[in-house]
Amino acid sequence: MTLTTATRTESRPEPEPKARKPKRRRSAQVQDTPVDRVFMVGVYVLLSTFLLVVLVPLLNIVASSLSSPAAVSGGRVFLWPVDFTLIGYEAVLGNEAILTGFGNSVFYAVVGTVVSVTMTVMIAYPLSRSELVGRRIFIGGVLFTMLFSGGLIPTYMVVRALGLLDTRWALILPAAIGAWQVLIAMTFFRSSIPGELYEAAQLDGASDLRFLWSVVLPLSKPLLAVIALMYGIGQWNSYFSALIYLRSEELYPLQLVLRDILVVNNSGGSNLADQLAAKQMADLMKFSLIVVSTVPVLLVYPFVARHFTKGVMLGSVKG
Amino acid sequence: MTAAVQTRAATDRVRRRRTRRRNLRRHWQLYVLLILPVAYFVTFQYVPMANNVIAFKDYNVVQGIWGSPWTGFDHFERFFANPVAWDLIRNTLVLSLYGFLAGFPIPIILALALNEVRLKFFKRTVQMVTYAPHFISTVIVVSMLILIFSPRIGFMADVLGFFGMNANLLADPDSFRHVYVWSDVWQTAGYSAIIFMAALAGIDPSLYEAARLDGASRLRKIWHVDLPGIAPTVVVVMILSVGSVMAIGFEKAFLLQNPLNLSTSEIIATYTYKIGLLNADFSLATAVGLFNSVINLILLLAVNTVSKRVTGNGLW
Repeated sequence: MTLTTATRTESRPEPEPKARKPKRRRSAQVQDTPVDRVFMVGVYVLLSTFLLVVLVPLLNIVASSLSSPAAVSGGRVFLWPVDFTLIGYEAVLGNEAILTGFGNSVFYAVVGTVVSVTMTVMIAYPLSRSELVGRRIFIGGVLFTMLFSGGLIPTYMVVRALGLLDTRWALILPAAIGAWQVLIAMTFFRSSIPGELYEAAQLDGASDLRFLWSVVLPLSKPLLAVIALMYGIGQWNSYFSALIYLRSEELYPLQLVLRDILVVNNSGGSNLADQLAAKQMADLMKFSLIVVSTVPVLLVYPFVARHFTKGVMLGSVKG
Repeated sequence: MTAAVQTRAATDRVRRRRTRRRNLRRHWQLYVLLILPVAYFVTFQYVPMANNVIAFKDYNVVQGIWGSPWTGFDHFERFFANPVAWDLIRNTLVLSLYGFLAGFPIPIILALALNEVRLKFFKRTVQMVTYAPHFISTVIVVSMLILIFSPRIGFMADVLGFFGMNANLLADPDSFRHVYVWSDVWQTAGYSAIIFMAALAGIDPSLYEAARLDGASRLRKIWHVDLPGIAPTVVVVMILSVGSVMAIGFEKAFLLQNPLNLSTSEIIATYTYKIGLLNADFSLATAVGLFNSVINLILLLAVNTVSKRVTGNGLW
């Protein structure tokens, strides 16, 4: 039910809300008593407060990243850059470990997303077809992994036994399929691909694969966008598997490099620490680093915000 | 739904058995597609579950998982005999219950408030801005906390100092939980509101019309139309969050840990990592992890059963 309403609101053409606006305003006028008006003031105050609470730390980080090292170290920056300069960014972009990490993260995000989306479609599409023998068993098998997981050490032992430790695949294969994404994709295929299309394709003699490739996938672009973004951002943001599976620094994704610089901070005599030796500069670099590493996510954010909303709603339909 | 499927299955059983073989031949491509994903689930989900047997064994690399000698519940006893165990369980429970109590109602309140707003621009701005932190990585959020609360450079230290509070929050075990929970609220509240917004959008407009004709105030409308309308969604989200009470994330607690706040920040997940991967005591770590997962599963099943009986809504 949620799904149909969601798609209706999404696909509603632009002129319609405009046409509805006057009616709404009139009804609001009829409705609003003095108590309501006080209530609405409360609503706006509440939401504005929340907006500020979220926004102020973000603005503080951006403003600090654009300030001079001395101003940052002295704690003099609040919401506007003090002694505007870009040297923080120059220092970050000149750091080899950060650049390597950035490149690695791009690799993990791109390859991981391709593998994950392919695998998710490969399981979600057959599971969306009622003809599949043992469909309920397969679905149960997927759902159970949401309730109970093998745990850290038992999973580590599998990765070790497969010889994946300290390879790039250790970050991609164990996280290849998410049960949640399978559920979303399955629900989408079942609810958005009309059965008539399948019957027509069958009459034309199209095989299941042909139908998937030529009909289902072209109709599922919003879904593919949603799960690709979920997997991509998940890969970009994760550090834990890298922490446990990787030893070689040249394989480190950006988040692990960030952790060493930003959180651990006392990484002894490594060349990172040398580069961050000048204390004031080090403070500034942290702020610039936060901005730089979040930019790729922010670049896709406009798409993300729209599609993720849809994804959440797809997921809210029980499978 | 189950009942309908069952009756249909009963009437069609004979015909089905005959068509099953034909079905396999005609739709073989579907089964081919399943091969790799099934291999994934077996390898990376179900084999690890089976590997949990080492919790009942004295695992050593030479003899392997199946060759190592059985020890029964020794590892569990060893864990509970350690006074640290109860601290870990308490820390895990307190942190997640606190997180649930703070993190569960706020998105609902946000969604209800946003639903009242008619200024499109304001509504969109609030949504766009408050969703954003959800996409920031844990490492970055923790770094931001460290910087913002740093007594030397962070602006929050000044704010706290103004109110006469201890400014160095991250070094203080009493503050760890507040920092953990409220930064989580900061990061997820906006995004978690989406699902309730969707539920609100799905409420039958004629109910609002009726409420308006009855002269209901906005508050009464929220109480009598909005809340009942989103109740099923609220229940499902609640079950899921209670079910993950013990599954509290390793990532953030580990990053926020430092020697000074360890007395409250050491939770089961971080302890498992330390004894398992740093001390290489695989069996003990697996036992602790298994204990955690089982409690978690029991909680989820219990909440789901209770909710089904009380409200008629459940996960399945």
